[in-house]
Amino acid sequence: MLEYIKMPQLGESVTEGTIDRWLVKPGDTVEQYDSIAELTTDKVTADLPSQLSGTIQEILVPEGETVAVGEVVCSIVVAHGEAATPAESPSSSSETTKSVAAAPQSTPKHSADQKKRVSPVVGRLIDEYHLNIDLIEGTGAGGRVTRKDVLREIESGIISSQLTHEEKPTTRDTQVKEAIPEENGDVIIPVSSIRKTIAKRMVDSVTQIPHAWMTIEVDVTELVKLRNAHKKQFKEQEGYNLTYFAFFVKAVAQALKEYPMLNSVWKGDTIVQKKAINMSIAVASDDELFVPVIQNCDQLSIAGIASQIAILAEKGRKKQLNVKDMSGGTFTVNNTGSFGSVHSAGIINAPQAAILQVESIVKRPVIVGDGMFAARDMVNLCLSLDHRILDGMICGKFLARVKELLENMTISSTSVY
Amino acid sequence: MRTISYIEAINEAMREEMQRDENVFVLGEDVGKKGGVFRATDGLYDEFGEDRVLDTPLAESAIAGVAVGAAMYGMKPIAEMQFADFILPAVNQIISEAAKMRYRSNNDWSCPLVVRAPFGGGVHGGLYHSQSVEAIFANQPGLKIVVPSNPADAKGLLKAAIRDPDPVLYFEHKKAYRLLKGEVPNEDYVVPIGKADVKRSGEDLTVITYGLMVDQTLKVAEELQEEQDISVHVLDLRTIYPLDQEAIIEAARKTGKVLLITEDNKEGSIIGEVAAIVAEHCLFDLDAPIKRLAAPDAPSMPYAQSLEKDFMVTPDQIEAAIVELAAF
Repeated sequence: MLEYIKMPQLGESVTEGTIDRWLVKPGDTVEQYDSIAELTTDKVTADLPSQLSGTIQEILVPEGETVAVGEVVCSIVVAHGEAATPAESPSSSSETTKSVAAAPQSTPKHSADQKKRVSPVVGRLIDEYHLNIDLIEGTGAGGRVTRKDVLREIESGIISSQLTHEEKPTTRDTQVKEAIPEENGDVIIPVSSIRKTIAKRMVDSVTQIPHAWMTIEVDVTELVKLRNAHKKQFKEQEGYNLTYFAFFVKAVAQALKEYPMLNSVWKGDTIVQKKAINMSIAVASDDELFVPVIQNCDQLSIAGIASQIAILAEKGRKKQLNVKDMSGGTFTVNNTGSFGSVHSAGIINAPQAAILQVESIVKRPVIVGDGMFAARDMVNLCLSLDHRILDGMICGKFLARVKELLENMTISSTSVY
Repeated sequence: MRTISYIEAINEAMREEMQRDENVFVLGEDVGKKGGVFRATDGLYDEFGEDRVLDTPLAESAIAGVAVGAAMYGMKPIAEMQFADFILPAVNQIISEAAKMRYRSNNDWSCPLVVRAPFGGGVHGGLYHSQSVEAIFANQPGLKIVVPSNPADAKGLLKAAIRDPDPVLYFEHKKAYRLLKGEVPNEDYVVPIGKADVKRSGEDLTVITYGLMVDQTLKVAEELQEEQDISVHVLDLRTIYPLDQEAIIEAARKTGKVLLITEDNKEGSIIGEVAAIVAEHCLFDLDAPIKRLAAPDAPSMPYAQSLEKDFMVTPDQIEAAIVELAAF
């Protein structure tokens, strides 16, 4: 069995020693504590005792050379089973145990998703730069989003590199790229950090998600009657508007519960069907777009949803939306009808699976019953879907269910509370 | 530049200051003819004679007391404690007299005194030749405490301590004496007291430490950079009282992850104060809990080699702590 003899510690503060002369040569048999070499150090001259009994195999440090304490100076063959423990025992096994024991008690157990464990600096940066933490890949323990992850996201172009940490994101970036020559009368609009974030999100979504589209027509004549019946009194009682949008959001939330595949998130090698139905709703201010979230939307009444919409829209207009208001969305409903649109193709709010555009309600002649024309309140619902997650059939079923729910919202059958 | 050892740097600093200023003198146990038990004062007796290199009785209280008196009369004593472990009999002189002299005399008197004391473990010294006692003095306004981590700092800080108009405790790590070698400028220079020093620039996490742990951390940091692409920022406190708050805050903010290392017992150590500074000033820059790596809260370094290894903060422990914090 081959063992090694090391330079011993010959006194306090001595960290190295010089082999003056070897007293043995390979092949010599030595007993434990026999002198095998003469050493000098800064402080003393001493003999090097053999730490083991056996036969010298190889001299590894030539005479005159200086080596650090603990370094191997020669190898020795020890009779099998004998002296497996050197006289001086800096055994490597004890070191192993040590580093295990040294592992701090505070080691976090990463069983749960750590993504929501936001450190103070990450919270601050997310807030300052209006980022959505759900869209940032976490490389920390348990998927935690680290400061470096956020900085990488910021530097990767969402926000121009000229924007330093000290500058608030509301500060307009005055640097404009000189690609297109400017002419008299042109208005130069600096791109705000929020505008840049929107741009990045849109480009990412369009380039990474294979979008597909689907549109259905819904007859909401009864729904219009229902809403008009409650509208005035509701406003007086509650102090906010009972919008059509609240009814649509309610119907979508219920349909999502029945078709949870549309309430899922693309994760590369897995698709996560989210249990909570958190509805992202698009809210526009003059030059910015926010997508705040109605948490657990399926648990709210139509009135509850209307209230949430009113609160979030107000916060959006006043630019008071915080990270909490903006995070956790699982599906987006966009009220494009509010600007008069009758058809549009939305860009998916990644990593969600789909977005639904609710267009304008317009009166149109529709054939009803047995070949009769009637003036009906019609609305188009336009769905954009992530074709990696969803196929036409399930989306068709989902839309059909939304249509069914909306067409059955009547004065007699539906309570807004 | 020349490459010399840590103890040679200390010897050079004393020699040059004694040549420069005749008021500088050395006193302590065996510092004269013998040149010190570690040979820190080697050759000074021959060059400057028995009037300026004084062998004293085994009485630390007297060494410090004589030095305080001489300093008040305009001398510049360098008092050597043979081991920092034995400084305790001198604590009354140092804290009650030296530290408070300028304050209680309303600036009429001062005490330009240096106390040198070899400290630290890992040298197979057992209970009374291994301790880190710096924390005992680190809440005494009027005192300054420095701990150099390499030969260049050792020389520059000792010169600064000798020229300082107030008392300075100079803790030198005895394992570093001959272990650490490094380049030292040829010309006369001082390292400013009160200034920490970035010994390595990094991006992933910040290690703040002092003394021998600086060298160990730098070696681990280099390995980790190559093997695991972990970039470690290393701040050497150098002056551990009063602390360089500005440098600590800057270093903590740089990476948001802070590992503090001392070979002293953990509770009540210098790094607890560093942690407090970071917590007070850097909450919204932190990306992980502040982490401390220190010796166990046991009375002193054991003698048995295996236990001594267990007691000391080792490169393996430093590596494990850095890797864990980097992954957080």
